[in-house]
Amino acid sequence: MPIHEEHLIRPENLTTHAELVIDGVDVSGHWSTFIESRVVTDYNERLEEEIAALPGGEFIHRCWQCGSCTNSCTVNALIPDFNPRYWIYLIRTGMEAELLRDKDIIWQCVSCNKCTYACPRDVFPEGVMKATAHWLELKGHTPKSPSTHFDEVFTDQVLARGRIEESGIIRGFFARTGQALLQDWLVEMTKRLLRHLPLWLLMRMGLAQILKPRARRWDGARRALNNYVDEQHASHRRALGLDRLVAAAASELERR
Amino acid sequence: MAEQKYRTVAYYPGCALEGSGHPYNRSTRALARKLGLTLEDVPDWNCCGAMEVKNIDPKIQTYLSARVLAQTRHALRQDVVMAPCNGCYHNLKKAEYDLAHDAASRAVTERLAQQAGDTPYVAGTVETLHALDWLKRAVGEDELSRRVRHSLRGLRIANYYGCMYTRPRHIFPEKDQGPGSESTAKPHYMDDLLAVAGAVNVEFPLKTACCGGAHTLSDSDLSTRLVVNILQAAEAAGAEVIATECPTCHSGLEMHQIRAEQKLGIKTRVFILYFTQLLGLALGLHPREVGVHENVSDSLAFLRERVLA
Repeated sequence: MPIHEEHLIRPENLTTHAELVIDGVDVSGHWSTFIESRVVTDYNERLEEEIAALPGGEFIHRCWQCGSCTNSCTVNALIPDFNPRYWIYLIRTGMEAELLRDKDIIWQCVSCNKCTYACPRDVFPEGVMKATAHWLELKGHTPKSPSTHFDEVFTDQVLARGRIEESGIIRGFFARTGQALLQDWLVEMTKRLLRHLPLWLLMRMGLAQILKPRARRWDGARRALNNYVDEQHASHRRALGLDRLVAAAASELERR
Repeated sequence: MAEQKYRTVAYYPGCALEGSGHPYNRSTRALARKLGLTLEDVPDWNCCGAMEVKNIDPKIQTYLSARVLAQTRHALRQDVVMAPCNGCYHNLKKAEYDLAHDAASRAVTERLAQQAGDTPYVAGTVETLHALDWLKRAVGEDELSRRVRHSLRGLRIANYYGCMYTRPRHIFPEKDQGPGSESTAKPHYMDDLLAVAGAVNVEFPLKTACCGGAHTLSDSDLSTRLVVNILQAAEAAGAEVIATECPTCHSGLEMHQIRAEQKLGIKTRVFILYFTQLLGLALGLHPREVGVHENVSDSLAFLRERVLA
């Protein structure tokens, strides 16, 4: 049978026989392309619960698959495989293996909230994207994304001092992701900036790097926020059963 | 219609306006002085959480933003706070919404405030304004048109609002309320103000498109492509200048305009200026007073050529 919209089927699921006779009928060549039948047995029945336990994923159960999120998505317009509607479907049906095929692009959500604006069911797909990216990292399916490194460097500064100093974050981010700070385009931008920048502003910016802006009376907030972060981490690990997984792996190693 | 109560408001510049967004800070303060408006800095303010902290935990962002509102209310005794940065504005509005509608957010914020030794913020006690709301409400088009000294002489402008000024719409209950209110689908406050200043606003389809600001360094290839879309659409619409009202968008456009030139060989000539800089020039302020020389996008020669500076 000729297959309509064949491009929608993954090549590995198609088989073409050069020569094939079925029930005495020669179906060689054009007529012998078949879609392999597929049986899915490896559902993760807890997948939706796990995503819903992470911040942003709470309302995934509301989705009725209208596709408004993907339709309005900034990233989908540039990366066609970036498909929030489909990922929500996979999560809700527990198709973890399918979801993992896209694991390296899910973090690329730019948080523009066009999906949240368009969603008729208040799923907050932007939050679901963040929860899913977070889940992939917690479960060890992906290393921390560049975005997560940036968020962590940024948040560390906010928790420590209540305010941020931009150049410190940029330096910290490039160091953590092993990139050179002197990217040619950043150098060019700095050059153009320096053409007219007044000396006092330069000195102020330099001073900010040394003195580091901070909120006053921040000690109490820092302690409270750090405790809260620890508490949340522990609760996410529990929800995803990570401690149980680690313990099981450890006893397995011991047995060997 | 200008409203007296908005002529003196609390001012929350935020971290970006103290760093890379300094020209926005400078031009906003210069506008206030020129128009006889009073900005009272929120004492001992902290970061609102920007776009990053919520990815670690959204309720930390709620606490951080609520602390700024609490400082406004309790330390300054003000009930209106103005934040020019889209990120700050969005986060304060989001905290306001979450504290009014979500018991869990309220509980965590109150507990954190108590542990930190702050007075918790009570939803509904401070009104958050963007710089655009502030100028519309405190001054309005009529007064502004009387104050214009140097018309922008038909300068063709694409008004770029970005994401966080209108999305998600549930945190902006005052928008989409019919004539006079701001629209989340097709915002127009910046267009209105710049039209009074003598600009021609081009029909720009990407007013609320995303510049990729959240990943400007962590996914710079994608950000460059998003920015190139915006720059090229503005040029195709006939714009000479893109007016911005967010430091993240502004820096993103400037940074990736250069990056597109260097990495993709795509050169665009459109200039990028904060709307407050353009309004300041129209009110007769010197380009230095509104920080044009602090922008990366070097528009000084262009502005002189167009007799705007």
